[in-house]
Amino acid sequence: MAAVKETVSQVAEIDVDNYKYGFTTDIEMDKAPKGLTEDIVRFISAKKKEPEWMLEWRLSAYRKWKKMEEPTWAMVQYPKIDFEDLYYYAAPKKKVELDSLDDLDPDILETYKKLGIPLKEQEILAGVKGASNIAVDAIFDSVSVVTTFKEKLAEAGVIFCPISEAIQEHPELVKKYLASVVPVGDNFYSALNSAVFTDGSFVYIPKGVKCPMELSTYFRINEPNTGQFERTLIIAEEGAHVSYLEGCTAPMRDENQLHAAVVEIIILDDAEVKYSTVQNWYPGNSEGIGGVYNFVTKRADCRGKNAKVSWTQVETGSAITWKYPSCILRGDGSQGEFYSIAISNGYQQIDSGTKMIHLGKNTKSRIISKGISAGKSSNTYRGIVSTQRSATNVRNFTQCDSLLIGDKCSAHTIPYMEARNSSSVFEHEATTSKINDDVMFYCQQRGLDEEQAVALIVNGFCKEVLQNLPMEFAVEAQKLVAISLEGSVG
Amino acid sequence: MLEIKNLQASVEDKMILNGLNLTINPGEVHAIMGPNGAGKSTLANVLAGQDAYQVKGGQISFHSEDLLELSIEERAAKGMFLSFQYPIEIPGVATMTFLKESMNAQRKIRGEDELSTPNFMKLVKEKAQFLNITPEMLRRPLNVGFSGGEKKRNEILQMLLLEPSLCVLDETDSGLDIDALRVVADGVNSLRSPKRSMLIITHYQRLLDYIEPDFVHILVDGKIIKSGDKTLALELERDGYKNIIAAA
Ligand SMILES: Nc1ncnc2c1ncn2[C@@H]1O[C@H](COP(=O)(O)OP(=O)(O)O)[C@@H](O)[C@H]1O
Ligand SMILES: [Mg+2]
Repeated sequence: MAAVKETVSQVAEIDVDNYKYGFTTDIEMDKAPKGLTEDIVRFISAKKKEPEWMLEWRLSAYRKWKKMEEPTWAMVQYPKIDFEDLYYYAAPKKKVELDSLDDLDPDILETYKKLGIPLKEQEILAGVKGASNIAVDAIFDSVSVVTTFKEKLAEAGVIFCPISEAIQEHPELVKKYLASVVPVGDNFYSALNSAVFTDGSFVYIPKGVKCPMELSTYFRINEPNTGQFERTLIIAEEGAHVSYLEGCTAPMRDENQLHAAVVEIIILDDAEVKYSTVQNWYPGNSEGIGGVYNFVTKRADCRGKNAKVSWTQVETGSAITWKYPSCILRGDGSQGEFYSIAISNGYQQIDSGTKMIHLGKNTKSRIISKGISAGKSSNTYRGIVSTQRSATNVRNFTQCDSLLIGDKCSAHTIPYMEARNSSSVFEHEATTSKINDDVMFYCQQRGLDEEQAVALIVNGFCKEVLQNLPMEFAVEAQKLVAISLEGSVG
Repeated sequence: MLEIKNLQASVEDKMILNGLNLTINPGEVHAIMGPNGAGKSTLANVLAGQDAYQVKGGQISFHSEDLLELSIEERAAKGMFLSFQYPIEIPGVATMTFLKESMNAQRKIRGEDELSTPNFMKLVKEKAQFLNITPEMLRRPLNVGFSGGEKKRNEILQMLLLEPSLCVLDETDSGLDIDALRVVADGVNSLRSPKRSMLIITHYQRLLDYIEPDFVHILVDGKIIKSGDKTLALELERDGYKNIIAAA
């Protein structure tokens, strides 16, 4: 059989065996009843022991959401979600507030161990994972179960904690910044998230501080029929620097799981935030059954002069991904970057991209998007670059490359450019290439087997993006890229 | 080294090779000439294992093994090298990286250790210089934006590095100017040895002025209709295919 034909038939097999994070954890859970009403919102708020203002905020979000319609413009197809058939709150029963790591439910600890995420600081310090200096916030279904290195970070003045804790401990910061980048009513899912978000990470880097270590959050959806609505808020004061990474996995389940997150980043004068994502939610099986719906709103606001934000994403999982990490380049001289690898295989559907909104003078943005489609998947890049009239000397560089493996998948590139200013310089490059039998034959004639050949071609294809990940994760991501295409070669 | 018996092969249900016989002993250089569409590239592809070409009959033994039982990469690791008529471009993969990956992949199949980076670099530098290939070219993505001549020189570079026992060159001379032709021929000649054999596919006698063959075969309609020594190429140049075919 010709290599590509074989590829196509083998792609069909990508499922259970290839998804290495598909196990479930059996633990007792505390759940709210199914469905979404004002009472559920009150229930969540009460569970979180939230102050009155937070409850009111959630309720108003809920009322907004009730009036909104699900968006349908993305190039993805799925049966209508029954929002009344979901659980909106699920937390491990045992010991939600931990005094120390030793109190953590051993099953959860085991789960994170299986995922290769070190929660025990001792283990990290002992170099068990090789990644020496990473603080971790681990979120299990609806709650944060543990945050490591809190004290060490506090010495530098850095706040890194679950957002539920920030609401209690740092209400002034939360009130000031929450929904200041993504307004509650921005879209259907941001409104829903605002009403029912249960946890997420909160990061505050004070003026002039360079965060002494990488920060990371690991999300895990375990419970069936449970939506995960996390909320992340990152604030970098003047001159602050931080690099943050999120990783996501979920067990294999036949029903679809909903994940609707909101991430907001505020960056002040001369500050810099690097946000990296390695998203590996369960993609569904070979028939396209199951998998996570990943509907996410991520936005960074470069509020200060010369502020800088960089989004890097490696999207390999989820049945459906709907995600456009965006940059509002408000401060003069601010810079936004978006580096993306989006891999779709099997029946996965991805509609992802970015928005670069140039409001300030001399602002710059750079978009490097690498879409890889295999199997029967669909992979769309959708992006907007816009300049306001008053924003002079804006620069944008966009490069969108698509790589197709087999002939049953599709790739689309939808770039919008809106320049209301003649001094703007936009550059756009796009390519589409294909791993066909000729390329495979050439590599194999030189001694590479099919898998090595695909890995080499794909890694070459997305090199520019992989290089942008924090070093500790670049190798992992490279492996993940290979694993997620494992079914596509012999 | 290579023994082809009554080879019949088709592509997309069309018979191309119709009972081809050819024996190549160690150290011999054979040239195959023939009109367009005669099946020259088909032969090269069948030898290398391109699976778009179906073998319908006959046998091929390579180093006393059944070649047709081996995968493409196993054949490569056992010393089969094909210099492509149309080399492939791979964006994003530096030529240097590709060379290293292929070398180590072959060593791995043979159960040998990987070459250390410094040793590899030294080797590449030396061979590249010989072929007028600059370090800058080695940093560029494989064959992307290379001129026709650069692509062909890059094929020969891979051949020099991989040190195959059977070098199959498919129209390596096409698209080369006389200087590039000389460089390529010098590269090929430097590999001639009593243990290594070559199968040179070409349209024109020109290349054979530089790489002197021991045998020349004329392939027409998927069959070798005439074999001889190097003078046959000159005869062909003088009389043209038509007369040779008519006489055969
Ligand atoms: N991949 C292919 N698909 C269909 N026909 C092919 C293919 N490759 C070669 N052929 C046909 O096979 C015949 C022999 O081709 P080839 O071996 O390339 O000839 P040569 O190299 O001698 O010019 C030609 O008629 C050509 O059109
Ligand atoms: Mg040919």
